[in-house]
Amino acid sequence: MDRELILDVRDVSYRYAGAGADALAGVSLAARAGEVHAVLGPNGSGKTTLVRVALGVLAASTGGSAILGRPASAWSRRELARLVGVVTQREENLFPQRVRETVLLGRYARLSLWGAERPEDRAAVTRALERCDVLPLADRWIWALSGGEYQRVRLARALAQEPRLLVLDEPTASLDVRHEMELFQLVRALADRDGLAVVLITHHVNLAARFADRVLLLSGGRPAGHGTPGDVLTRETVERVFAWPVSIAPFEGRPQVIPLRKDPS
Amino acid sequence: MKWLGLGLVAVAAFLGAVVLGPAHVPLAGLAASDIVRTLRLPRALLAFLVGGSLALSGAGLQALVRNPLADPFLLGLSGGAGLGAVVAIALHLASPWALPLAAFVGALGATALVYRLGLVGGAELDPRVLILAGVAVGAFAAAVTTAIVSLSDAAELRNTFLWLWGGLSGASWDTVLLLGVYLPLPLAVLFAAARPLDLLALGEEPARHLGADVEPLKRRVFLAASLLTAACVAVSGVIGFVGLVVPHAMRTLWGHRHRPLLPAAFLGGGALLALSDTVARVAVAPRELPVGIVTALVGVPVFALLLRRWTAN
Repeated sequence: MDRELILDVRDVSYRYAGAGADALAGVSLAARAGEVHAVLGPNGSGKTTLVRVALGVLAASTGGSAILGRPASAWSRRELARLVGVVTQREENLFPQRVRETVLLGRYARLSLWGAERPEDRAAVTRALERCDVLPLADRWIWALSGGEYQRVRLARALAQEPRLLVLDEPTASLDVRHEMELFQLVRALADRDGLAVVLITHHVNLAARFADRVLLLSGGRPAGHGTPGDVLTRETVERVFAWPVSIAPFEGRPQVIPLRKDPS
Repeated sequence: MKWLGLGLVAVAAFLGAVVLGPAHVPLAGLAASDIVRTLRLPRALLAFLVGGSLALSGAGLQALVRNPLADPFLLGLSGGAGLGAVVAIALHLASPWALPLAAFVGALGATALVYRLGLVGGAELDPRVLILAGVAVGAFAAAVTTAIVSLSDAAELRNTFLWLWGGLSGASWDTVLLLGVYLPLPLAVLFAAARPLDLLALGEEPARHLGADVEPLKRRVFLAASLLTAACVAVSGVIGFVGLVVPHAMRTLWGHRHRPLLPAAFLGGGALLALSDTVARVAVAPRELPVGIVTALVGVPVFALLLRRWTAN
């Protein structure tokens, strides 16, 4: 049986107002339940723009994005927050709050305007904390967390939304090896065990190659490759997109990219 | 328990404002006293409503511009509102009932300017620049206000201090009624925005993905805070720092979530201004201090403390 199609981005283009060139041109991405899709590409290649267009925050100039078969822009933000959990690149923490409180914010879209949190909301928060292995931190101030703990708490908040689709924008930036691996393994498990569709923007080409089912490689807003890691991450393609000589070595059946030293010239 | 404590403080501040004053009114004669009925009671009510509204708009604005140092005074909102009111009076344009609308126009103008200045660095609003812009616009509005008051012959403008430092000496049942008409709508809008404001404090993009309609929310909160501030300024001049100090004090007790924070800020702000006004009336009796001087004497040290904590992070 074919797994359910959650996100269907078809041939979208987008140009920021006043910009001379398209930030995105002819990009497609179809994510099904249980699949992990990695979006790779150099800085400024349109990865974050793709997420914004896919989730209806920006309106595509051409093409379109559908979530569960309905155009992304037709969903209200509230409805969409029940289907899609997003861990953005940055967020602000002006006012002191505790881990459980911030994860509870993930329930916003499921509460009535005046209604208090129900037992099921508290249960969902506890489940999400447990799933991300941060339940023991529930009463800590978020200011007191390490970088890895903080990212897992933010992932827990997205899970508290009880989404079908999870979107992560560079979740492992500035994390060390252990915390990177923990996060990637957790994301893989969320797809395998919980059936979430995952779109993961990352600079970690090698981790993406090992954990993702499919990779979309962007270059200047255009798809430079799209398919299984083995199909996309060839030496020619990677060298062209990242403008650096590399060698490709297989590891556990997946390609791993090794950047070469350039002769000083 | 916390709520009981805050409630008691609010009631005590309110009663203090009714019982204490330059003229001695025996406790037994309170209800029958003309001084209490026509002067102190409306003044205490006005102080409470103005203080509560300023604190509430401060709490809302802090989440809106994501700057813990925001308040209607420091963002130039109050200064703009004061200027709007003074211009309307000087030109004999506004009846007392239309005065809040003139102040509203002034507040919107000032905020538009501050917002524009806050964007100097690019498309992203810089919270630090925003405060600088607010202080600059506020100072400019105060200068123009002073010039107009000095040059105008309108009888209502005799007292420069009243507009620059705020004062509740114009309190009457009419002004209380005026606030009673102007306040409920923006108060309801702000209270209803409590939950999404929690999200907005994370930033606009995260708030959007958690289900908030960010643009309409920002517009609503901004307009409601401006209208609250404008109505307050129209009846009591520019009173600073209530909107800064009170939300912070309440956050230490109720945390950052706006559902308890907003009502607590309203009660706390009301209590603080009622108390400040009592001090303003009694401290140098029979003369009277502008109440904004009392709130500034409390607020500026607190501001300095917050600034230190904020920049230390």
